[in-house]
Amino acid sequence: MKQLIKLRVNGEDYEAYVPVHKTLLEVLREDLNLTGTKHGCELGECGACTVLVDGEPTLSCLTLPIEIQGREILTVEGLAHNGTPHPLQTAFAELSAAQCGYCTPGMLISAKALLDHDPHPARDDIRQALSGNLCRCTGYSKIIEAVELAAERR
Amino acid sequence: MLSERGAEAMIVAGGTDLFPNMKRRQFEPKSLVSLRAIAELQRVTGDADSGLTIGAGVTLAQVSRPPVIAQSYPALARAAGDVSTSQLRNTGTIGGNLCLDTRCNYYNQTYHWRKSIGFCMKKDGDICLVAPGGSRCWAASSSDTAPVMIALGASVRLIGPRGERVIPVDELYRDDGKDHLTKAADEILTEILIPPANGLRSVYLKLRRRGSFDFPILGVAVALRLAGDGACAYAKVVLGAVGSRPVVVPQAESILIGNRITPESVESVAQAAARLAKPMDNTDSVLSYRKKMAHVFTARALKEAAGLP
Amino acid sequence: MTDELTLIGKPLPKVDALGKVTGETKYADDLAMPRMLHAKILGCHYPHARIKHIGTARAQALPGVVAIITGADLPVKYGNLPVSQDETGLAGDKGRFVGDPIAAVAAVDEETAERAIDLIDVEYEELPAFMSVEDVLTKEGEPIQDYGDQGNVHKMVALEFGDTESGFAAADYVREDTFFYQGNTHLPMEEHAVVAHYTADGKLTLWSSTQCPHYVHRALSKALAIAPSRVRIIATPVGGGFGGKSDPLPHEVAAAKLSMITGRPVKIALTREEVFYAHRGRHPVLMWAKTGVRKDGSITAMHFKTFLDGGAYGSYGVASTYYTGALQPVTYKVPTYKFEGMRAFTNKPACGPKRGHGTPQPRFGMEIQLDKIAEAIGISPVDIRRKFVVDENSYTVNHLRITSCALGECIDKVAAASGFNDKHRKLPFGKGVGLACSSYLSGAGLPIYWNNMPHTSVQIKIDRGGGVAVLCGSTDIGQGSNSVLAYTVAEVLGVSLDAIQLTVSDTDLTPIDLGSYSSRVTFMMGNAAIEAASKLKKLIMEAAAEKLQLPVEALAAKNNSIYCIDDERRSLTFAQAAQLAEAKHGGLGAMGSYTPPKLAGPFRGSGVGPSPAYSYSACVAQVDVDPETGEIKVEKIWIAHDCGRAINPLLVIGQTEGSVYMGLGEALMEEQDFRRNQHKIPSLLDYKSLTMMDMPEVETILVEPIDPEGPFGAKEAGQGPLLPVPPAVANAVYDAVGVRIDELPITADKVLKALALKAEGKEPRVGPKGVPSFVFPEPVRVEPHPQAPKLRGA
Ligand SMILES: Cc1cc2nc3c(=O)[nH]c(=O)nc-3n(C[C@H](O)[C@H](O)[C@H](O)COP(=O)(O)OP(=O)(O)OC[C@H]3O[C@@H](n4cnc5c(N)ncnc54)[C@H](O)[C@@H]3O)c2cc1C
Ligand code: SF4
Ligand code: FES
Ligand code: FES
Repeated sequence: MKQLIKLRVNGEDYEAYVPVHKTLLEVLREDLNLTGTKHGCELGECGACTVLVDGEPTLSCLTLPIEIQGREILTVEGLAHNGTPHPLQTAFAELSAAQCGYCTPGMLISAKALLDHDPHPARDDIRQALSGNLCRCTGYSKIIEAVELAAERR
Repeated sequence: MLSERGAEAMIVAGGTDLFPNMKRRQFEPKSLVSLRAIAELQRVTGDADSGLTIGAGVTLAQVSRPPVIAQSYPALARAAGDVSTSQLRNTGTIGGNLCLDTRCNYYNQTYHWRKSIGFCMKKDGDICLVAPGGSRCWAASSSDTAPVMIALGASVRLIGPRGERVIPVDELYRDDGKDHLTKAADEILTEILIPPANGLRSVYLKLRRRGSFDFPILGVAVALRLAGDGACAYAKVVLGAVGSRPVVVPQAESILIGNRITPESVESVAQAAARLAKPMDNTDSVLSYRKKMAHVFTARALKEAAGLP
Repeated sequence: MTDELTLIGKPLPKVDALGKVTGETKYADDLAMPRMLHAKILGCHYPHARIKHIGTARAQALPGVVAIITGADLPVKYGNLPVSQDETGLAGDKGRFVGDPIAAVAAVDEETAERAIDLIDVEYEELPAFMSVEDVLTKEGEPIQDYGDQGNVHKMVALEFGDTESGFAAADYVREDTFFYQGNTHLPMEEHAVVAHYTADGKLTLWSSTQCPHYVHRALSKALAIAPSRVRIIATPVGGGFGGKSDPLPHEVAAAKLSMITGRPVKIALTREEVFYAHRGRHPVLMWAKTGVRKDGSITAMHFKTFLDGGAYGSYGVASTYYTGALQPVTYKVPTYKFEGMRAFTNKPACGPKRGHGTPQPRFGMEIQLDKIAEAIGISPVDIRRKFVVDENSYTVNHLRITSCALGECIDKVAAASGFNDKHRKLPFGKGVGLACSSYLSGAGLPIYWNNMPHTSVQIKIDRGGGVAVLCGSTDIGQGSNSVLAYTVAEVLGVSLDAIQLTVSDTDLTPIDLGSYSSRVTFMMGNAAIEAASKLKKLIMEAAAEKLQLPVEALAAKNNSIYCIDDERRSLTFAQAAQLAEAKHGGLGAMGSYTPPKLAGPFRGSGVGPSPAYSYSACVAQVDVDPETGEIKVEKIWIAHDCGRAINPLLVIGQTEGSVYMGLGEALMEEQDFRRNQHKIPSLLDYKSLTMMDMPEVETILVEPIDPEGPFGAKEAGQGPLLPVPPAVANAVYDAVGVRIDELPITADKVLKALALKAEGKEPRVGPKGVPSFVFPEPVRVEPHPQAPKLRGA
């Protein structure tokens, strides 16, 4: 069964005619061509697919678009403003917090939500907030440092 | 709507348990009835003095944060806050957590995997791969909040086509991994009613391998109320993830109530807890270890609640 | 020299960092093409079964299904090593593990393909399954493969360097131990994906998340019987590899075949479960180690036996087997050495190269055994290592050439930073520290298929605007090889990084690089890049000198300018000089290559182990063990790594921290676990890997001797620092609570079990009881290299 879905992503309105059971992750990547959002399991077990829904980090692989029509969705593509990277993006680039870069979109999104709630988080709060995002490359240290650097600069 | 669609329909709240299960074809509902849009289910009302009412649709994140819960029902805040990851807690609901399907690592697998090893009675087959001789399913109740709710003496309101009823959370469960809820499929859990805190001390300890993501492979919920003279007036110890339903340790009441809590009485209850824990070889870690830990964690939780060193 | 370098040694961002943080970078599964089909793979349902019949009629009838292939469509065997040509993409005769690909369906969308897979009817004849080395040695039944050394024994190796018997006789203390290193998997966050497109002109193009496009090129050309010139492999940016994407894999072959049949682009994106089956990860290794030392701790003899559980296919397994014996003598002086190893075929996903390839397992045993020996003879864990570090510019007993080595300095620094000597055996019960060291290759000295050609080449073209196009077959898997390539060329030519334009890992366009494995890329590609850039620099400098009427020696190139060293006003822009050179010589292009020196010793099997340089690491782990629960909290890791010169310290630290992370995962929780003949936990939830909550602080100390042959003196950093971590943790657990866990992973239940044994007065140890009584062939006896450490008094 297909249905017309209206989504608001990164401040823009999109429409897609998709099967109702297609996940937000799939619709973003396949129908809206927003491939920045990644997947590592599609079962809620890695955090790679994290997007913000009304400011809250949400697993797009376990979300049905039909349930979040009209809400503000933010993906990694929406982080930069008019071509200027978000401070988190700059900090991740500068400190090499992205190695293969595959977990990075999800990490950045979780980190953005954290800094929006708490502009100067303690290290333990960063760990807590990003502990739902697995990374296999970095050992996490540079990611934590990058979030701290971005917080410092804001 | 649910009753119309009958057994083919399922309720979905946050979907964080349902969707992975559907993707692996453990659940194959023809239609879903979503509770997301029902505003009445999203509220927390009341307070520590008069008791709390938590709508079934309140997310785990919302349960873990409010000061009233953190201060008066710390075990609940802890259990909700220990569920998986922050992303998951933003969507997963308390109602869904109480209705969470039982888990088994022969069952939480893809269709191809299950077909290869041979289907089990919980889905598509007729034997149990964990205990092949027997006639029941041993899948583990793996909710973090269920043991806490029982320890707190909470009840749930169920609404279905045949009317409405309120039952203690303890009675929501039965010891059957295949059919662990006493709730009918067309009954909706609408709210959870938690009695007044009234000086209750509660602790929840969770055993898991990693600091996030993981389901409990043992949960220990303890609630105690001490009278002015230090004697114990209320005691509940409930274990999670070591049975197909939360395991209530009745010895907590019989040993502790009416007496001061001592290291010796704590030890007796902990021993009883370890005896009652029936971990099976169907989760992470080794079952003998989980049984031992039922002892250690019960003792630790009781001591923490009682203020013993 | 250092202060003359403008880019090398600086903590610069990676050249592709912005693409990765903005979501612009396109990984394989991000690609979509018009008319693209989606394919799914059917895996075998049995661990070992003859495939009697595959019925595809029901699947074919499903609307939306476009093509179905089975093993019958892929009859040609291929494999990465010439000696292990045992894969076909889809198994034809029989399935060899649960999940072994046996059929594939291409359909208009993924869902249809998935539904069609269920409609394929397979008739199997079950065969006895071999799930362990033990099974292989005791069970009857049809062997899994039709080749190998005997039955299901894929490979046997036996080598003896010098006379170990007299070595052990000269020892004051000899001990024997057994260890087990559990298998584990790479678990890249990116699930493998491929898009294949066979176009009307008969050309096959593959976009794949592979670490080794060249090997995929070779394998596909063979498996599909297409001329290499009609196959083009483009490695997309790899979302984590760690060795898991270095074999040509079945889904790559299947997608290519389906595209050839349909003439349409075909995508296969593996599910997470399928990634566990693709595997090629760490071999489970059971080992026995015997080491003899004198009173002062110097080693007189060492003897290792290893038993590798290889899984169903060869993969790199022959090399893996040799690697379990190759690098033990590279850290401390070993005058006599014997190694016996075997690899068994089992009905599990094939093992292969994972970060450290075959060397972390023996390193685990060796470093724990040294800790035990040190205690037994009453010397410190630092001294037993520090005093006997191999000499620079020497050879090992097994003919490996050592050039730069700063292991001694690594040990000193890591011991000082961690306060090891003040903590070891002095912390309160429950807390402890452990030390371990290791060494790793900077690139395998020999290619996997025998030839005399370079291992890598870099091509550079310079345009009239001063732009520098750099082409190389190397593949960036997150380690930063693109950045190293850009820094290197920019440094040599004296241009800024934005002048560099990279084209990498495309077998049509880029000169061959063997791939991102064995820590070879910085060393080899770096040297090739220097050579190519230097050739062009010469032409440009000569043209500039002519124009400026100065001798070439008076000029320098820096910041896009060529100027007189004594009078910077006399200068040309790089672009101007390039134009002059072009006018003089014609179009500006050059190729540089790197071929390692001939390093193999004079014996069969000497091809595995030689490297143009070895990195060294020393690690201290500090742990807090809860004696009631057995839970281990790693409080901190100190690691000193001799990487030669750090081309970019930020990247080296990143590789080191990542290696420590992965080593800790292997030490504490990661395991490729099987039950009832199939993978027990093929998911990201159940296969445990460290989260941010579980990762301790890591203090990295870079030790940078300038390697004589490395590019700007660089060696490696991507793999070596993993190796000392598991034994350091094991030694720390012993220091904390006095129990030995001689097998990985070191889980809480094992610690508790060992503590219980200790309380009962029994040997406080959990680990294998012994090794099978397997008869290895007579060892090949090899005279030690004349410059190897000598057995004193012998
Ligand atoms: C990777 C991962 C890790 C997890 N870790 C944990 C963990 O550590 N601890 C833990 O406790 N859980 C864990 N979960 C399980 C689950 O996410 C949570 O329990 C969550 O609270 C479920 O809530 P939900 O709203 O998403 O439920 P849903 O998925 O929507 O529903 C779950 C079940 O309850 C039924 N249901 C839901 N709401 C109602 C209602 N109001 N009335 C009647 N029936 C209802 C549904 O029909 C379904 O059968 C994990 C899940 C994943 C994917
Ligand atoms: S306990 Fe037995 S019946 Fe129940 S899910 Fe597991 S294997 Fe199946
Ligand atoms: S892809 Fe959504 S959590 Fe892994
Ligand atoms: S950078 Fe590769 S997974 Fe995080």
